[in-house]
Amino acid sequence: MRHVAILGGGPAGLAAAQGALAAGARVSLIDEGDRLGGQFWRHHERLTDPRLQHAWHRFERLRGALAGGGAQVLVGASVWSAEASVDGVRLRAVVGDADGDGRSAIDVDADAVVVATGAHDLALPVPGWTLPGVTTAGAAQALAKRDGVAVGRRTVVSGSGPFLLPVAHSLALVGSHVVGVHETSRMPALAGGWLPRPWELAGKAGEFVGYVGALARHRIPYRTGSAVVRVLGRDRVEGVVVARLDADWRPMPGTEREVACDAVALGHGFTPRLEAALALGCAIDGDHRGRFVAVDDAQRTSVAGVFAAGEVTGIGGADAALAEGAVAGFVAAGGALDDPRLRGPVAARRRTHAFATRLERAHGIRPGWTSWLDDDTIVCRCEAVTRRAVAERADVPLRAMRLATRAGLGPCQGRTCGRAVEAIVAESGGAAASVGFDRRPVLAPVRIGELAALADTDPRT
Amino acid sequence: MIRITVDGEPVQGREGQTIAGVLVGAGRTAWRTAQTGGRGVFCGIGVCHDCLVSVNGVEGVRACRREAVDGDRVEREVRP
Ligand SMILES: Cc1cc2nc3c(=O)[nH]c(=O)nc-3n(C[C@H](O)[C@H](O)[C@H](O)COP(=O)(O)OP(=O)(O)OC[C@H]3O[C@@H](n4cnc5c(N)ncnc54)[C@H](O)[C@@H]3O)c2cc1C
Ligand code: FES
Repeated sequence: MRHVAILGGGPAGLAAAQGALAAGARVSLIDEGDRLGGQFWRHHERLTDPRLQHAWHRFERLRGALAGGGAQVLVGASVWSAEASVDGVRLRAVVGDADGDGRSAIDVDADAVVVATGAHDLALPVPGWTLPGVTTAGAAQALAKRDGVAVGRRTVVSGSGPFLLPVAHSLALVGSHVVGVHETSRMPALAGGWLPRPWELAGKAGEFVGYVGALARHRIPYRTGSAVVRVLGRDRVEGVVVARLDADWRPMPGTEREVACDAVALGHGFTPRLEAALALGCAIDGDHRGRFVAVDDAQRTSVAGVFAAGEVTGIGGADAALAEGAVAGFVAAGGALDDPRLRGPVAARRRTHAFATRLERAHGIRPGWTSWLDDDTIVCRCEAVTRRAVAERADVPLRAMRLATRAGLGPCQGRTCGRAVEAIVAESGGAAASVGFDRRPVLAPVRIGELAALADTDPRT
Repeated sequence: MIRITVDGEPVQGREGQTIAGVLVGAGRTAWRTAQTGGRGVFCGIGVCHDCLVSVNGVEGVRACRREAVDGDRVEREVRP
């Protein structure tokens, strides 16, 4: 029996597990979270309001399919190494309390793997963004949906993309006063992305209308072509400066205005978590504006036996992740792409890809954003590296620049600042960026002692 | 209801919350000292490492990923 490993238990990974089971494979699903659901499903029976979750019934069905099909489910399992060879794939994980010192090691050997590691927020730097009280939009969403708490009493949401709407709604439901939602893109870009061919958007359009109504009920203003361009405060957030922007996201002089608040949620899109796919040797498409695992129409990557689905392959939301996951799991298990059982997911994938194209057209990051930075604005939060330090070394190769400035060499390994640093290098005339920032030798944090113990027990050494 | 201590001070939270959830729920925003000043939660999902704390003597625990357990001793980390 074919054994399919699935890395990631969000919508893509769960659908992949269901697909692989349907095609008759043995399945192991691995996720570092305490519970399945990924970034999308986080309901906690004792803590949260079910209105904060979407399509919860879908999650219950997927979870039921996994249990019914006898899948091996490993949660609290951080995969720190992934390798592909002619014999198959091997994932190595540590299992236990997050960052605990007593975790145990587990290896999963399989014939094929579906990489469904998802994405994290892309929050562009703003002067003052290291002040406590500034979080990503996703963090505000996660704290509301998982822990039932609000990041602040008066919150300003700023960034780009439809994701800002559910974030503002969740904040209101957990009791924060949302002072405003600032969508950086301007009306012409939004209209150009969203208005043509409305029939392609069927379900999505209804979803947005729903959020717009919810925002209106909570009296939350939604402004387009507007952004937080500075965060104010001494030891924590006390307010923000918002300004109107031109089409390239350059603040327009004279439009600045101060707004008092104690929290700011920033989100300018998402960055895929590519390190596992890179470790497996998968080809990557794109540049510093967006870089994803390259897949064909059966979700195959460039490496035999390695498939990818969900936000590692493009930002299209949970519906796209579900459709791609279903295809990836089914084919990874040996099923055929033209199997009638894949008709639904393949059609859904076509729709969601049209949605993803519009998302990029309407909300994609525009190069003028760097003009809201000061020279001494911190870009790399871990190592406190300024924009000036990065720009001054833009002409040396990326690796040398990182060693000289330490940008991206702190604990987050450039996950937070990578795209911003690359944009500053590109704008300062530096060499074209490469996957450098996404390559990480150890995929998830493992303690030095754990690593030493794991190396000792590696059966192949 | 659970009780943890943060640098010796008692803080109450709800069972099932992450340490970051308990701290944010208690109105705290900064619990680590970095070069630029205080830091607390930023990404909320284990990516940025801004929220690191020591838990029961073990350093470098991401508060946003660790579920709080009644009696946990949480301590500030100072990492310039
Ligand atoms: C913080 C945050 C909150 C979000 N909230 C919403 C929301 O409320 N509504 C919405 O529509 N969209 C939300 N999104 C967007 C979301 O990314 C997609 O809608 C959807 O979850 C994508 O599904 P996925 O399966 O591709 O990835 P994900 O749901 O991100 O799942 C990927 C999974 O892989 C696991 N993983 C990654 N690397 C490893 C490793 N090395 N070892 C073990 N496990 C690993 C992660 O723990 C995660 O559970 C959010 C995104 C973020 C970052
Ligand atoms: S808040 Fe980013 S790792 Fe915890």
